[in-house]
Order: sequence, then C-alpha cells, then structure tokens
Amino acid sequence: MKLPTWKEMPEGIVILDPGNAQEYETGTWRTFRPVVDKGKCINCLFCWIYCPDSSIIVKEEKMEGIDYVHCKGCGICSKVCPVKAISMVEEGSL
Amino acid sequence: MKTKNLIALEGNQAIALAMKQIDPDVVAAYPITPQTEIVQVFSEYVANGDVHTEFVTVESEHSAMSACIGASAAGARTMTATSSQGLALMWEMLYIASGARLPIVMTVVNRALSSPINIHCDHSDAMGARDSGWIQLWSESAQEAYDNLIQAIKIAESVNLPVMVNMDGFITSHAEEVIEPLEDEEVKNFIGEYKPLRSLLDIEHPFTIGPLALQDSYFEFKRSQAEAYRRVIPVVRSVAEEFAKITGRKYDLFETYKLEDAEIGLVVLNSTAGTAKEVIDNLRREGKRVGLLKPRLFRPLPVEEIKDTLSRLKVIGVMDRADTFGGFGGPLFTDIRSVLYDLPNRPIVTDYIYGLGGRDVTMEQIYKVFEGLEFIYKTGKVEDLISYVGVRE
Repeated sequence: MKLPTWKEMPEGIVILDPGNAQEYETGTWRTFRPVVDKGKCINCLFCWIYCPDSSIIVKEEKMEGIDYVHCKGCGICSKVCPVKAISMVEEGSL
Repeated sequence: MKTKNLIALEGNQAIALAMKQIDPDVVAAYPITPQTEIVQVFSEYVANGDVHTEFVTVESEHSAMSACIGASAAGARTMTATSSQGLALMWEMLYIASGARLPIVMTVVNRALSSPINIHCDHSDAMGARDSGWIQLWSESAQEAYDNLIQAIKIAESVNLPVMVNMDGFITSHAEEVIEPLEDEEVKNFIGEYKPLRSLLDIEHPFTIGPLALQDSYFEFKRSQAEAYRRVIPVVRSVAEEFAKITGRKYDLFETYKLEDAEIGLVVLNSTAGTAKEVIDNLRREGKRVGLLKPRLFRPLPVEEIKDTLSRLKVIGVMDRADTFGGFGGPLFTDIRSVLYDLPNRPIVTDYIYGLGGRDVTMEQIYKVFEGLEFIYKTGKVEDLISYVGVRE
C-alpha cells in the first residue's frame, strides 16, 4: 500500500472511505505465526469465531488456512483449538 | 448617513449579544469567573426563545469542549466561552478540535491561572494554549471583542480551524462601555449560512473522525495541519475588509499607533494598549518619538508583517502579561525578538512582565517602561533584558 504524502492528506483527522481497514497489512506486526496441521483439524471453526482480525479463511464450512497478510499473531486461535492443530512458530525461525 | 445605534454594555454582555446575533446551532459551556455572565445572559436568550441554539449544560469545561467537538463534527455551528482554569481543563480537547479541523469559536475572558488562586486578569490562560492550534484574536475593548467574535465565525469556517477571541477579565468583561452593535440582519448576512466541510449526520457520506495515526501517518497529518495556518493571514484580512464595508470599523493583523516616525516602540496586547496610547499622546507632546504596536492576530503570528513594521525602530519594549517560568522572557517577547533576529540592523528588544493576577496597570508604570527604553536608546546599554513592572521590590 502506497502511503499518501502530507499534501495528499484530507483536511482533519479523517478516513473518508469507510471499511478500508483491510488495506492495512497488519501481518507485518507478527512475531509468532500460527501454523495449522490440517491432519489434526476437525473444522469446528472455533478459530474462526475467536479470531479478532477475521484472518481465518473458511470455504464451504471448512477451515482452509490463515490470512497472513492481516494476522497479527495474537495466538488466540492456537489457544482455543480443542485438538491443538494450530501451533505458534517464531517468525525468525521460518 | 445612518444614525448610530449606540448602547451601553459590559464586555460580557456584548459577547452574549454577538452570540445571540450569530445564533449558533450548539453552545456547550460551563460558567467560570469572569466569563460567567456570557453563559448566564446567553442562557436567558435560549430560555426566551430568542435563538434556536441547542444549549448543552455540562459538568465541566473538559465536557464543554468535548461536546463542542462532537457538535462541530456533526456539522453544527458551535460556540463556547471560558476563562483561566476552565481553559486549562479543556487543554487536551483544544488540540483535538484543531487537529480535527473543527471551526469552533470560543471567547476567552483572560484570567490568571492558579496557584495562588486569583480571579483577575492576566494572559497566562491563553498563552498556555498558544501552541494548541487555535487561531488567537485579541481585543482592546468590548467593541473590539464584539467585532472580533463576529469576524471569528467567518475566519474559522473559511479555514476550518478553531478561533479563540481574547478579552481582559473584569477590565473589559465587566466594564460598561458604549458600543455600536450591528443589526441582527447585518450579522446574519455577514456570517452567512454554515456549510460544513463534512458532517457526521450526512449518512450518505460516512467517514471516520479521530482515528489512530501512528508512526506511518501522524507526522503527515500534523504537517498538513501546519500548512493550514499559512492560509489564515489573507483570510483574516479579507474578512476584516468585508467587515469594514458594513461597519466602517477597520481591523488588520495588528494596530499601530503613532508608529510611522517613532524610534521607540511598545508592543502590548489587549486593554493595556488603551492606557499605553494615553501615555504615548503625553510623551508625543514632549516631542518624544514613541509609538505602539498592538497585535490582534497572535496565532498564527504575522511574522513578515510585524518584521516590516518594527524594522525601522531603534528600541522596542514588549509588555507581557504572562511569564514563562524558567524560559527566556514572556511569550510575546520571545516571538517579537525572534521575528526581528534576521534584520541586519535589528532593534534592541527588552521585556517587561506586568499586571499578573490583575495587578493594576497604571500610566506611571508605562512611563517607567518608556523611561527605561529611552535610556537604552540614548546609551545603547541594556541593564535588564527582562524585568518586572509594578511588583513590590
């Protein structure tokens, strides 16, 4: 995402196009990455319910993976997973 | 020629009258001495149905400014008034109003800050808000405060910045003065209908106001805000010209008094300028070439205009009704001195801190200041760069 120069800022501290938070790539904040073992996953979708950043990708009621562009690595999905299918791996080790 | 409609009003009553004629959409205010009468008289106008204003009675000045910010963001023409501790309590909200570019207009009836507690005039309240991003207009008299308040609406809404209009507590706010108000219709036509840049009530165009802006955006927002102040000076001038057309009363960025051929000048804000003019008249009769510059627009500071006007002088005394504890003289002094620094033959500038906590400002004190300036003019020697006038030694 190209950030605007000061001359391109709107007057006042405002965001004029609502719902643009998805353009903000918060995945760069992450220090630990959730990694899914689909062999263990039972598609209960607890991770999808609890994820505060809508970063669990679901298709046809199945957990398909994680949106790493937005996932901040909070680890909630890993905590709530009843079958321990999600582990948190340090970004630097990948 | 139209017959002059002259009435006797106290400064606060003149402000309340201007607010009635402006008829803002929202006023959120909390009473504090010496501003109380503004809120009191205006609330009578509300109760009597003389205005259509939604008057929000709040429990503090912090809430008053917060309510003003909400109302202004919703697209309402919004006003308030305060003094001293009330302005201090608004402090964090002042920056939010200016950063969000909300054209709120507020009268500040200047009063000393605690401690010790005091209810009388000095400028420490407004000077504390000097860097808050509010445009500051200053007024020598009730007439000037009334005229400034009406012009402030047009200035604020032209540049999307909040404006505070200052007048001296008690000296101006509670003294009865003959003033010449405008007709209601004239005020209405002069300020026109408010068309906000954007409104939170406009559900067709939703937007977010006041979001978090961290390392990647905060600086750009503040840089763009800094640029907005460049537009203020021409706007203040054109609004003043338009105002002069209907009233005959001429305003500019500052007023000069007998300064054209002066060698010694005084710079002072608000009501003390009136006393200084009398002193200058007397000194002129003795053949002394003395004059005055009274700033009207203090923020943004009209740097080039002040520099041009003061460049011809040899010695300048700045009178500050506020101190900057541990700083280098009063706030007006540091500005004026800095403005003149780049001149090849810059005048000598000294500072006189006076009138704190409503200490009476006498003509004798101002004669003494001019005496000191004359000594510097003759000898080129500055014994006290920063001194205190009217304090028991």
